[in-house]
Amino acid sequence: MGVLLLRWVLAVTLLLTCVLGFKSDELLLDDEEFGIEGGRSSSFHSDSHQPSTAATSTSTSRKRFSESASDSKIQFTLQHAFGDSDFSDAGNFSARLKTWSHGGQTLTKLRFKRDPLTEVEQKIFKELLRGDDFYRIRLPSNVLSPPGREYIISSVKARCLPGDGLEEHFVIHMEGVNVLAVNYGAPGACAYPRQLKFPGKWSFKSHTVLKNSEQAPRAPIFAEDALGGEEGDGEAVKPIERSFWAKYWMYLIPLGLIVMNAVTQAMNMPDEQPGGQPGAPAQQQPGSAVQRGPSSGAVRRR
Amino acid sequence: MAMAIRVFLILLLFLSSTNLGYSLYEDQVGLMDWHQQYIGKVKHALFHTQKTGRKRVLVSTEENVVASLDLRHGEIFWRHVLGTDDVVDGLDIALGKYVITLSSDGSILRAWNLPDGQMVWESSLQGSKASKSILYVPKNLKADKDDLILVFGKGYLHAVSGIDGEVLWKKDFAGESIEVTHIIQSADKIYVAGFFGSSKFYVYGLNADNGELLKNDHTVLPSDTFGELLSVSGDKFVVLDKIRSKIFTINIKNGEIRYKQKPISDLIKDSSGQAVILPTRLPELFALRIDSHVFIIKVTNEDDLVLVDKINNAASLSDALSISEGQHAFAFIQHESSSIHLFVKDVNDWSGDLLKESIIIDHQRGNIDKIFINNYVRTDRSYGFRALMVMEDHSLLLVQQGEIVWSREDGLASVVDVTTSELPVEKEGVSVAKVEQNLFEWLKGHVLKLKGTLMIASPEDVVAIQAMRLRSSEKSKMTRDHNGFRKLLIVLTRAGKVFALHTGDGRVVWSILLHTLRKTEVCEHPVGLNIYQWQVPHHHALDENPSILVVGRCGPSLAAPAVFSFVDAYTGKELKFLRLPHTIAQVIPLPYTDSTEQRLHLIIDINQRAYLYPRTPEAIDILQREFSNVYWYSVEADNGVVRGHALKSNCIQKVVDEYCFDFRDLWSIVFPSESEKIIATATRKSNEVVHTQAKVMTDYDVMYKYVSKNILFVANAAPKARGEIGTATPEEAWLVIYIIDTVTGRILHRMTHHGCQGPVHAVFSENWVVYHYFNLRAHRYEMSVVEVYDQSRADNKDVWKFVLGKHNLTSPMSSYYRPEITTKSQSYFFTHSVKAIEVTLTAKGITSKQLLIGTIGDQVLALDKRFLDPRRTLNPSQAEKEEGIIPLTDSLPIISQSYITHSLKVEGLRGIVTVPAKLESTSLVFAYGVDLFFTQIAPSRTYDSLTEDFSYALLLLTIVALVAAIFVTWVLSERKDLQEKWR
Repeated sequence: MGVLLLRWVLAVTLLLTCVLGFKSDELLLDDEEFGIEGGRSSSFHSDSHQPSTAATSTSTSRKRFSESASDSKIQFTLQHAFGDSDFSDAGNFSARLKTWSHGGQTLTKLRFKRDPLTEVEQKIFKELLRGDDFYRIRLPSNVLSPPGREYIISSVKARCLPGDGLEEHFVIHMEGVNVLAVNYGAPGACAYPRQLKFPGKWSFKSHTVLKNSEQAPRAPIFAEDALGGEEGDGEAVKPIERSFWAKYWMYLIPLGLIVMNAVTQAMNMPDEQPGGQPGAPAQQQPGSAVQRGPSSGAVRRR
Repeated sequence: MAMAIRVFLILLLFLSSTNLGYSLYEDQVGLMDWHQQYIGKVKHALFHTQKTGRKRVLVSTEENVVASLDLRHGEIFWRHVLGTDDVVDGLDIALGKYVITLSSDGSILRAWNLPDGQMVWESSLQGSKASKSILYVPKNLKADKDDLILVFGKGYLHAVSGIDGEVLWKKDFAGESIEVTHIIQSADKIYVAGFFGSSKFYVYGLNADNGELLKNDHTVLPSDTFGELLSVSGDKFVVLDKIRSKIFTINIKNGEIRYKQKPISDLIKDSSGQAVILPTRLPELFALRIDSHVFIIKVTNEDDLVLVDKINNAASLSDALSISEGQHAFAFIQHESSSIHLFVKDVNDWSGDLLKESIIIDHQRGNIDKIFINNYVRTDRSYGFRALMVMEDHSLLLVQQGEIVWSREDGLASVVDVTTSELPVEKEGVSVAKVEQNLFEWLKGHVLKLKGTLMIASPEDVVAIQAMRLRSSEKSKMTRDHNGFRKLLIVLTRAGKVFALHTGDGRVVWSILLHTLRKTEVCEHPVGLNIYQWQVPHHHALDENPSILVVGRCGPSLAAPAVFSFVDAYTGKELKFLRLPHTIAQVIPLPYTDSTEQRLHLIIDINQRAYLYPRTPEAIDILQREFSNVYWYSVEADNGVVRGHALKSNCIQKVVDEYCFDFRDLWSIVFPSESEKIIATATRKSNEVVHTQAKVMTDYDVMYKYVSKNILFVANAAPKARGEIGTATPEEAWLVIYIIDTVTGRILHRMTHHGCQGPVHAVFSENWVVYHYFNLRAHRYEMSVVEVYDQSRADNKDVWKFVLGKHNLTSPMSSYYRPEITTKSQSYFFTHSVKAIEVTLTAKGITSKQLLIGTIGDQVLALDKRFLDPRRTLNPSQAEKEEGIIPLTDSLPIISQSYITHSLKVEGLRGIVTVPAKLESTSLVFAYGVDLFFTQIAPSRTYDSLTEDFSYALLLLTIVALVAAIFVTWVLSERKDLQEKWR
C-alpha cells in the first residue's frame, strides 16, 4: 500500500513539475473536462483519474504538442426513433475538435441541445409508454464524416425515461473522432416491473459524458521497485491494533458460558440443599423422608 | 471449547494452505482419470512387414499425426503429433530404416527412425511460390549410390540425401510457371512432368547427380484437360479432356512426348454420366468411375486402351501391391446390403480372384473410405492378404481372413463439441445373492485395505489392493451415483458420429453415425456444428430418457441449409431428424422448458429471422409470456460490430409460420476499423452458479459482485498486430478490452494494454474475467484479471438496514438501471503460451475456483484463482494473509504438482470442458484434442466426503472396541458401586 502511495506521489510531483515547466495550461486542463449540460455526472471522477504509471508520459507528450494543437468546432446530430419507426433528428451535439500535431484528434467541451418534442412526437411517445416499447437513438460512428461506417444505435424501454420531465443520460465512448458506443438510459434506476407513468412536462433533461479508454495497470516488475519497496515497509508492517474483544473472543465466550453455568448452579444449590425446608415445593415434602436413602446415594454418585 | 475452536481454525488454515499444491500420489494415477490416445483419420498407410520381428503399419493422418501401429493389435508403437498447420503431404520409407514425411506444403522434410520413432534429421526446404508438393523416394537404387529423396514443393525440386537430410541440389521451377505433378526416375535421369495452364504438357529431363537440365520438351494437347494427371506406369499418363468425353494417353519415353486420344464411348458402349479417373495407382491400368460403376482400363504397350473389367457398386480401390517379381495385386470393395465383399485380384491375370471374402461390419461405421492392402505368406506357402480399412466415421479396421482383427475409434481424435448427460436412476430390487456376494467382497476388500493401512500387507496383497482400486466396479456402473461422478460424455466428432463415453472408465457406451450428417446427394459436405441438451427429465427421470440435439449444416458456408438430429442419450437411437428450410447462424438455448422438459431453442438464420423449436403450441405460449424478455447479441468479427437484438413480431411472409419471428436491432457498437479488430470474445456459462454475491474484505467492508448473466468480454487488437508475435513493433500494437452488457449494449469497462497483442484466450466466470495475451515490451506472456463490483448495492452494509428491511438486495435487478460499477484489475506474467483456458464449475459455486490452462505442452495446469486476485499486495497484512491473499509477485507460479494431467499429454489439445458433480467439492474435467483425458478435481480438496480409500473397517473396529470398553467399564463401575454400598 505504502509503495503504491509513494509511487503515486512521485508521479503526481513529476506531473506537477512538468506542468509548471510551460506557460499556459488552461487549455490542457480543459482537455480533461467536458461540457455537461444539466448537471455533473459522478462517473466523471473515475474517468479523470489517470493511472500513475501513464501520467508522466502523457504529460510530456502534451507539453510537446500543446502549442501546435489547433481546434475547430464541429457538430453532429442525434436522431431518434419510436419503436420501429424511422429515425428523425432529435438534437445536436456540438464540441470542439482538437487536432494534435502528431495527427491525433480529440473532442472536448461537448454540449448538447435537445430539440423539443413536437405534438405528434408526444403522442407517439405516449403510445410507446403504453406499449412498454423501445425508444431508440442513434449517433454517427464518425463525427467528422457522418454517419461514418455505420450508425451507433442504442435503445431504452420508454418507461424508464419519465421522471419529473423526461430524463436521459448519455455516456459516449470515443476513440479519436470515432464514436464506439453510446450508453443511453435513465440517469438512475428503472424499477422492474416498469410502471406506466407519464412525464410531468415534455422536455428532456439530458446529462452527457464523454469517455475515452483507460490504461491498463502494468504487471508489477520487482527489479525497479526493490528500492521503493523497502522504504515503505516500515509503516506497512505495523500490525493493526485490534480491540481486546476481537483478540480474545474465543476465550471470553467459553469463560462467559462457564461463569453462567456456575451462576445457575449456584442458584440451584440453595434450592436443593434446603430440600425438606420451607422454601421447597409442597409436593416434594411428603416424599422427602422416604427418599432419603436413594437421594443421598445420588448425591454421592454425583 | 476454546481449544477446540483453535484446533479447528488451525486445521482449516492448514487445509486451505495445502490445497495450493493440489496433487496426487503415484498410486492414485488412473483411479479417477483416464486417458485415451488416438491418431485421427488415416490419409496414408505403409506396411512394414518384410523383416521378421514386429510387424507394423506406418500412418499419417488428417490430424497431422505420424504414427507406427502394431499390426497385430492396433496399438500405437510411437506417435508424433505435428502442429496444427504442419499438414503431412507425403509419407514414405527410405533406406529401409527411416520414415520420411513431407509436411507444411512441401517445406519441411523429416526422417524418423522406424523402430522407435526418434527423429533422425529434419530439413527445411525453401521456396517462393505455393504449389502442390510431391515426395518421391526412388526404389531399387544401386547400393553404392547416395540415396536420393526427391521433393517438389514451393516451386522447387530438391534432391535430398536420405542419410543426413542434406540438400544435394535444387532446381527452380517457379520461373517456368508449370504446375509440376509427377516425378519419374529412370536410370540416371529424372523426369519432371507437369502442365502449363491446362493443355500444355511439359517434360524436363534432369541429371540425377547434379540436377543439370538435360533436355525439355513440351506438347500442346488438342483440348483442355479435366482433373488430375494420373501416372499409369513409369512413363505413361492418362488424363480426361475438358468435357470428360475423351481420354488422352501421354507417353514420355526418353523425354519425348507422344500422345493419343480415345473417346470414352468407344471403350464403354452405353455410358452416360460424368467420368472421373480414380487416383488409384495400378501398373498399366487405371480405373474410371462413371456413376456407381468402375471400369478398369488397360493401357497397352502401344498406348491403346482396352477395357478389362467393369465393377458394379465398387466402394473403394487400393493401390497395387507388388507381391513378387512381375506380379501385382490390388483390392477393391463391393458393398452389399449388410455385408461387404473384399476382392483381391492379380493385375495381370484378371480371370481369377486371389482372395474373395465377405465381412460384416457394424453399419454405424458407414462406408469404406480408403483401403490399403498388405500380403503375407500363409502356412501353406500361398499368399494371404490383409486389408487396412478407413471407414466413413474415421475409424480404422484391420481385416484378415474375413474377420476384423482389430479396430480403432479414431473418429474420437476430432471432437467438435461435448455435452453431458446423467445416467439412468438405479432401479429398485437387487437379488439377495448379489448382496451377499457384494458383502463378502466388500469385507474382503476392507480387510485388505486395513492390512495396507497397518502395513502388514504382503506384496501380493498390495498388488490386489491396487488392482481392486483400479477395477472398482462402482465407478463404471451404468447408473446414477449419489455423488454425480458417473455421467455420460456425449461427443460429436467431425465425421458426424456421436459417441457416448462413460466418465468412469472412458469406454464407448454407444455410438451413432448420424445419417443427417452423412454425405448424400441432398447434402454434399455436411458438417456437425454443435450438440445441445434437448430434454433433461427430472420429474419423469425414471420413465423418460434424456435426449440431445445435434445441429449440423450442409456445407461450410453459412448459407447452407441446416439439419437437426434428436438422439436418445441412453440408447443412442436417433429419435427423429429435421431438414430445416432455413439456415443457421446462431443457436440460442432459452432458459425455459415445456411440460415435457424439452428446452426451448431459438434459431437465428442469416436473413434476420428467429425460429422457435420445438414447434409446439405450448412452446409458443411460453415464449409469448417471456416475449419482451428475450435478448441476444451477435458478434461480427470481420466487420468489427457487436449488435444486440430483441424479438419483434411474427414473420411477415406469404406462408404464415407462427414459429418464425422478426427481430430488431436494439444497440450496436462499432469499433473503428482502422484501430481495432475483434480477436476474442468470452461470456459466462449459462449453467454457472454463484453462491455468494458479496465479498467481505479484510476491513469488514463488503463489496458486491456484479453478477449478470448478460455480460460479454471482447478483446480487440490493433490491425497491424493481428499477425504472429514479432510481426508488429510495440508502438503499433495494443489490445483494448471491453466488458459489455448484452441487454443494453452499455460498455461497462474499457481498458487499453499498450504494446500488447494476441492471441487472446479468455474465460469469464462470476464477476471476473481472466485473459491471456502477449506483452511485446516485456517479451513475455501475461495474464490479466478484471473483477467487476456493483457500487449501487454498496450501501447495504449496515446491519440495521437489514433488520429494518431498508436494503435494496431483494428488489429485482433490471439491466436498465444505470450501473454503478467499479473494477479492479491486475496483470501478471505467465511463462507458457496457452491453447485453451477454462474454469472449474461446481454444483453450488461454494468451492473456490481453479483456472484450467491448456498449455503449449498439451498439458492441463490447474491454477488457483487466488493467484489472479487483483487485491494481492506486496506485503499483505496479517488479516489479509488470514483471508488467503498471497503476497504479490510479478509472475504466476507454475507448480509442477498442479498439472492435473500429471505425466500424461493430451496431444493436440483443443478444448477443456468442466462439468459440476453433485458433490460440491468436485468438478469433472474433460480435455480433448487428438487424445482424450478425463479426471475429477477438487479445488479445495474433498472437504465434504471421505476419500475412496477410507478404511471403514478400521472405523467399525474402533467403534466396536469403544462400545466394548463402555460396557466393560460400566460393569466394573457397577461392581465397585455395590462394594461401596456394602461397606
